[in-house]
Amino acid sequence: MRAQSAPQQLAPAAEFDLDASWRLHPQVSVRPERFGALLYHFGTRRLSFLKSPALLTVVTSLAAEPTARAACVNAGIGPAELPAYRQALATLAASQMICGRTAS
Amino acid sequence: MTVTAAPLVEEFRYGLDAPICLTWELTYACNLSCVHCLSSSGRRDPAELSTAECKRVIDELERMQVFYVNIGGGEPTVRPDFWELVDYATAHHVGVKFSTNGLRITPGVARKLAASDYIDVQISLDGATAEVNDALRGPGSFGLALRAMRNLADAGFAGFKISVVMTRHNIGQLDAFKTIADQFGAQLRITRLRPSGRGADVWDELHPSAGQQRELYDWLVAHGENVLTGDSFFHLAGYGGGLPGLNMCGAGRVVCLIDPVGDVYACPFAIHDAFLAGNVRGGGGFAEVWRSSELFTGLRQPQSGGACTSCSAFDACQGGCMAAKFFTGLPLDGPDPECVRGFGEQALAAVDAAGAPRPSGDHSHRRAPASGARAVGQRREPVPVSIGPRPADGDEAIVAGQSSGIMPDRACDQNPLAGFRLPATAG
Repeated sequence: MRAQSAPQQLAPAAEFDLDASWRLHPQVSVRPERFGALLYHFGTRRLSFLKSPALLTVVTSLAAEPTARAACVNAGIGPAELPAYRQALATLAASQMICGRTAS
Repeated sequence: MTVTAAPLVEEFRYGLDAPICLTWELTYACNLSCVHCLSSSGRRDPAELSTAECKRVIDELERMQVFYVNIGGGEPTVRPDFWELVDYATAHHVGVKFSTNGLRITPGVARKLAASDYIDVQISLDGATAEVNDALRGPGSFGLALRAMRNLADAGFAGFKISVVMTRHNIGQLDAFKTIADQFGAQLRITRLRPSGRGADVWDELHPSAGQQRELYDWLVAHGENVLTGDSFFHLAGYGGGLPGLNMCGAGRVVCLIDPVGDVYACPFAIHDAFLAGNVRGGGGFAEVWRSSELFTGLRQPQSGGACTSCSAFDACQGGCMAAKFFTGLPLDGPDPECVRGFGEQALAAVDAAGAPRPSGDHSHRRAPASGARAVGQRREPVPVSIGPRPADGDEAIVAGQSSGIMPDRACDQNPLAGFRLPATAG
């Protein structure tokens, strides 16, 4: 039930599948802020920060897009920026802020 | 990388639309009379917010998307409507972390708490042994806390917090605290002793010596990964390496305090008119106080670091804790009293301690605690702590080898950021 908070590490971007389906974890609340957003996971009791409004757009549109890559493209993220966003998404996945959509 | 804008901490200094988390002391009533109580609690204030008023505050917090509140007191569980308010908050998407001395954590309550993902519990314990703990918190308080921890562990509540204020008498017990936490499947949280509330009266005798501060820093560097600090100790960053946390004073920027009568202060350790921003009973409620009070607006402007700005440690410590300076009579743009470079000590020697501002509002028990103290027994009389020698001048040697800092450093230690880690990631 209660997950222990572990130190947040920079997750390897290469392990994040941009072509899979993702969504925000159901226990995560999102609060938009000037710099991007604050995320709070009620299960792990951890706070995360999205440091750009574009990343917020990506994260909140994940569930509606077939893939994370599509969410990035639709948020206006170009090829040059994609690796940085993949890195950010990998970290969010590692801390359970976002999770994979399987069936359904 | 392109995802990163200005450093996040810079954003935080200008304040947020709502606090990241805030401390809400629900009552000044308490069954204990801890010598270092930051809110000088004991007796209930007759003007305490009613149940309906508390619910209105929760409604506001929900609208502002405050993820959770740190509820404290006093002993919050002595409020007859405590569980009602907890249920109301979680039903309105405001998580609750509450601090308790363990008074009401029965096996049944523990089971209920363990069943909710939106409730976290923090048991206060200021000694790893009854001898050390009870000297500060009163006879029987160690047993009370241990009983609560056992009940929580038995109920399957993993990861509750054990919250320790670090003093001269328990720095040497850090490993023992960790052992207790591990034994109960809990997480250790240690915070800094501030000269706030009744803490102002005992700070001289209880705050860690310079040598102990170093010991604490070294322990945190070695064990800090799984120990929460509420960002308490970033003044220790002057020793060389930063500790996890935001490393900034969040007062009025990302944190604040709502007290039992609805007064809003810049931080939990600053219960004084100088840091009073407004009251939730005002027409604009809490949101207006947070967003437009003169005090908070001022705190969100660039602050003067005074003489500290020329110190090489200033980037790390930002000049320290506002409350710690204020209640020890030091200027707010001067060094923190516990500056690791020793400038605080020098500054303290130059001020008249008797002239330091006194905390506002004293709800201490007049004599013995009220009957609510049944679980704890009678109150201890005068502060039963030994008075150690003040750190000698020689303690400055502890920073030998550092660059010749000109001035002090300091840290901010509001508890509300406990547990938050700046992700290296997500942008």
